Formats: sequence, structure tokens, C-alpha cells
Amino acid sequence: MAILVNKDSKVMVQGITGGAGKFHSERMIVYGTNIVGGVTPGKGGQEVHHRPVFDTVAECVEATGANVSVIFLPPQFVKEAAIEAIRAGIKFLVVIPEHIPIHDMLHVRREAVAHGATVIGGNTAGIISPGQANLGIMPDIAFSPGRVGTVSRSGSITYYVADTLTRSGYGESTCVGLGGDPVLGSTFDEILWKFEEDADTKAVVMCGEIGGVYEERACERIGQMKTPVLAMIGGMFAPPGKRMGHAGAIVEGKMGTAKEKLDALAQAGAHPCKTFNDIPEVLKKLGV
Amino acid sequence: MKIHEYQARELFARHGVPVPPGETATEPAQAFELAEKYNCPVMVKSQVLVGGRGKAGGVKYAENAEAAKILATQILGMDIKGEKVNTVLVTPAEDIISESYVGIILDRATKSPVIMVSPAGGVDIEEVAAKTPEKIFKLVVDPVKGLKLFQARNLAYKLYRDINQVRQAANAIMRLYDCFWSVDASLVEINPLITNTDGNVVAIDAKINIDDNALFRHKDIAEMRDVEAEEPGEVRAREGGLSFVKLDGNIGCIVNGAGLAMTTMDLVKRYGGEPANFLDIGGSSNPEKVVTAMDIILSDSNVRAILINIFGGITRCDDVANGIVEAFKRLNPSVPVVVRLTGTNEKEAEKILKSVNLPSADTLDNVVKKAIELSGIE
Repeated sequence: MAILVNKDSKVMVQGITGGAGKFHSERMIVYGTNIVGGVTPGKGGQEVHHRPVFDTVAECVEATGANVSVIFLPPQFVKEAAIEAIRAGIKFLVVIPEHIPIHDMLHVRREAVAHGATVIGGNTAGIISPGQANLGIMPDIAFSPGRVGTVSRSGSITYYVADTLTRSGYGESTCVGLGGDPVLGSTFDEILWKFEEDADTKAVVMCGEIGGVYEERACERIGQMKTPVLAMIGGMFAPPGKRMGHAGAIVEGKMGTAKEKLDALAQAGAHPCKTFNDIPEVLKKLGV
Repeated sequence: MKIHEYQARELFARHGVPVPPGETATEPAQAFELAEKYNCPVMVKSQVLVGGRGKAGGVKYAENAEAAKILATQILGMDIKGEKVNTVLVTPAEDIISESYVGIILDRATKSPVIMVSPAGGVDIEEVAAKTPEKIFKLVVDPVKGLKLFQARNLAYKLYRDINQVRQAANAIMRLYDCFWSVDASLVEINPLITNTDGNVVAIDAKINIDDNALFRHKDIAEMRDVEAEEPGEVRAREGGLSFVKLDGNIGCIVNGAGLAMTTMDLVKRYGGEPANFLDIGGSSNPEKVVTAMDIILSDSNVRAILINIFGGITRCDDVANGIVEAFKRLNPSVPVVVRLTGTNEKEAEKILKSVNLPSADTLDNVVKKAIELSGIE
């Protein structure tokens, strides 16, 4: 099947009347995503792409039965919007915007845990279950339905990996963008386990990068999984103390180097890949 | 964003963290006047954003005003790890009885602020963590509930036994947490927090890193940015909406997406090249960004070849191609440029690029090899 989103998900868009919200909602609808409505305070009663707009998340949930939300808002409004959605009962939340204050995400994460909701992002390209639903800003040309899951901190890497899987005939079950920020709504260990529980995902490609400890913390999970995990880590070249584009991609002191991460993952049982070309070869060897 | 010690002290003081007096000087004569005013031995401390200034000779003790002037003359203008010293902080020298460490970081693993204290202060805390981890005490703070006084007091007991000093240290930790949270810091650090001969607990060093993403709600702090201490190319890139980091190699890289940029650079290294920079042109495909990116890279005289790798999604390859053609017109690059554009509108892009006749290759690995080959570096 897929994880987190599928064709039955009822999706609302927070910030549907804004430029990015409007543009990407149309792309998502054209892809076949079940977008049921949107929320923008002060614009309740309007319509965007023939979908109703509400003033509050609670009204949208009540009228449409929405259970998933995608946030397209300026970063300073994300914290309140996310907490509003979580308190209104949304169980899966995709936070697209970049440049969200880190302290705000600490709050959002706590709220999500307290209410049993899953958040991905911020600073994510989103999530796609090919052929079923596309939430976020990912271009659909790289994706095709299939049997390999992907989870990555980077949007561009997600496209490249999916493109590789599509061209080699494996296709993807679901592709999850965790986001490029230092503190994330969900991390590798949590998403990997959802793939483990999905009968139709036959292998997972996880793509990490320098900085932080989320890759290392996935190691224990990988040891518990039956589904094989392939691992790539970006930033082997990166000198310490320099932030590589993503707010979270920085080697601090001796912590968070790419080599250390890849070694730890390999030790835990993941299959390391050095380039995209290695992925189909490893999958073939594993008999996926 | 990093700020200088004197600026961090100001923020500490605003939130009630105990800091001793101190003022800045940009001329040796000013340092002399300040030392005279304090009428006691002083410390003359270089204000730079890089670490390790003490070891580099940028922090000195002066017995009197004359000595302060001589030391300020030496320190002002000094080069510390590539950063020029423009300002010194002059502060009365404290008689130190004991030194400890107090820091608060944003911990990614627990997704919470973590307070760290250690009775082994005044030295590199990473070294303490590596060699004597039992001397570091940590507390994970619930960001929604905040820090409670009893928690701060429990930490203070790890540093002191004397109740008067425990109270002072607990207060300093409470105030520091307040400062951390109020200014949207990603790190605050007092190293060392000292007790002096009067029995007072004071912060004689101050470090704060601010989350760039939160500067919109701290206009006064945003103005503290020291543009002179930053790499000029990085300042220009930020103004042009690009993400750029200068490195020491000779293959210039222009990529969209931070992740793809890192992986592309890993491939450069894997095939024997050295990347000259990290550059992410971001999600928009404004041709002007490509021109700015090329210009920044070409101003680095080490660059021997430029590698452009774009995966078009929302970014359209034809827009990027137009940017490349425009950059050739305006900048007339003197080094070879190798391009790979795939994804949205790649066929149109191919046509547009015909006019500048660039070398290309089919796969990502091959395009990287081509750039290295054309750079002529063995």
C-alpha cells in the first residue's frame, strides 16, 4: 500500500489562498490527491480550485472530515497553525515552509507527541505515495508506483533517488521528506518503522546528511527491521563548522560527520551506497 | 548568527545574568582611559567570532592603564584565524576562586533545550566531555513548561556546596535560560562562571548564537551582525537569495537543493577533484540567480572549472538555461563550464544551451568526471 498518505486521505491545505498554497494545491489536485478544503483566517466562505475555504481548522475538519493537513504559510505563522491543526484532531501534518524558528518547532513537536499526531518537516519538500497522493512541492515526473520506500532530509535527493528507482523499474511505495531543519517533526527511526510495518514496501532507501544525530539514532531501529535498508549520506567533503545550505547540515566539533554516520549505519546492518548508481545494483543483489 | 562577547554580555545583562562591568575600545587610547577609570588591573579581550582567541594571544592581563594601552595596541589589528580584530573589551580583572561551566544548547536528539553544567570550567568543554564525561551534568528542559527553580538549584548543587553560592548560581542558570528562550538562541554559554574573592558568582565570558530564522522578531539583535567578520562571497550570496559556502578547492559548483549540492560535491571529491564551494540556487529558477551565482564563483581565482547540476522540478531547466546563456553574455567566463540539466523542460533547455556550445555528459558521475578533466588539475 503506502505509509502515512494514500488515495483515501482527506487533505486540507493551511494557507490555500496564498501564492504558494494556491499554486501547489492545483498541482496536488491534478495529481489526484484528495484535497477536501483549505484554511485561511479571514477568508472563510471563499473557494480555491473549487474547494471550500474555512476560517479555522476545526470548521474545516467538521465540514470535510479532513484528517491530514499541509501547511503553506510564511514561517512566522507556522507554530500557531500547526498547534491549531493538532488540537483540532489532525493526525498527520506536513510542514513545508523553510526558515521556521527552531524554538517554534520544539513546541510543535511536543504538541504532536502529546496528541498522538505525526508531523514531518519543516523545510520539507513533502511526501508522495506515487499514484495516490502528492503532498507538498515534489514534481511528479520522477515518481512511479512501486515497492521501495525512501526517506531523506533533502528534497532534491528524494527526486534523484526516486528517478533512479523509477528508471530501474522498482518504483516507490512512499517517499518521505523529513526536512532540512535541525529539529524535525519526525526522524529516520520513526519513519523507518512505518515502512517496516508496510507489507508492500520491500526495501527502504534512507538518505542522510551531515549534522545532528538522527542517522545514528536510526541504527537501533535498523537492527530490529526485517525490511532491508540502503543508506546514503551526503557531505563527505564537508569541513567542520560550515553550514551546508540546510540549517541542520553542519558538522559541530567532531560530531555529525558523514563518514561516522555511514559507518554506524553499515555496522547496524544497512547497505551503504556511495552514488545513486549503486542503489539498483544493491537492490538486485538483495533480490528485491 | 554569532555575536561578539560584548554583545552577548549586553543581552545577558538585559536578562539579569550577573556580568561584571566592561566596555569596548577600538583605539589603544580608549583602552587606557577605561583601565584608568576602573583603577585596577584589567583584562584586554579581542572581540572575534572565531573560537580559540585565548590560545592565539587575543586575551591578555594588564597590571595598569599603561600596560592596557600597550596590549590593546598589539591586539587591535591582530589576525586571529583569518579574522581581523577591530574591537577589544576592557573589563576589571577578577580574583578567581573557582571556575565552572554553564551552557544551554538546542538538543536535536531530545528536541528540547538541554542545560549542561560542569565544575570543570574555564577550559574547552568538548575536551572535558571527551576525557572526563562524569564531570558534566545535563538536564533536558520541557520547552513548553520551561525551567523550574528547583531544577536550576539541583544543577547549582553540582557546582557548589555553599548555600549562598548555590543560590547565586541557581539564579544565574534561571536568568540564562530566560535569556536563551527570549532571544531565540541556539546556544548560550558561560565559560567560565566564577566565584570571586567577595564570594560573588559572575559570568566573566559570554557566548550566544542566535537562530537566524528567528531574527525577524528581534530587530535589535539582527543589527548586531558583524558583516566584516564574514566571507564577502557569503554576504553577497545571502543578499542574492543564494546559499553559498566558500571552500578551498578549484571546481566551482552550482546546484539546486542543499542535499543534491552536497552529494554532487562528494562525487567531485570521489573522482579526484576538490570543490571550490557549496552553492544552492534554491527552488526558484529566476535566471538572475544563475548570473549572480556564476559571478560569485568566477571571482574566486582558484576556480578552474564550473560544474552546474540542476534537477528540474518546480525549478524549470529552461529558466536555468536562460540564466546560463545570460551569464555567458555578461561575464564571459574564462574557465570551462560543464552542465547537466534534467527534469522539467530539459529538452527546451538543451536547445537554449546550443547557442553557448557547452561540454555535457549523460550521467551525473560522467559530468563530474568531465568537469575535473577540463579543469586540467592532476
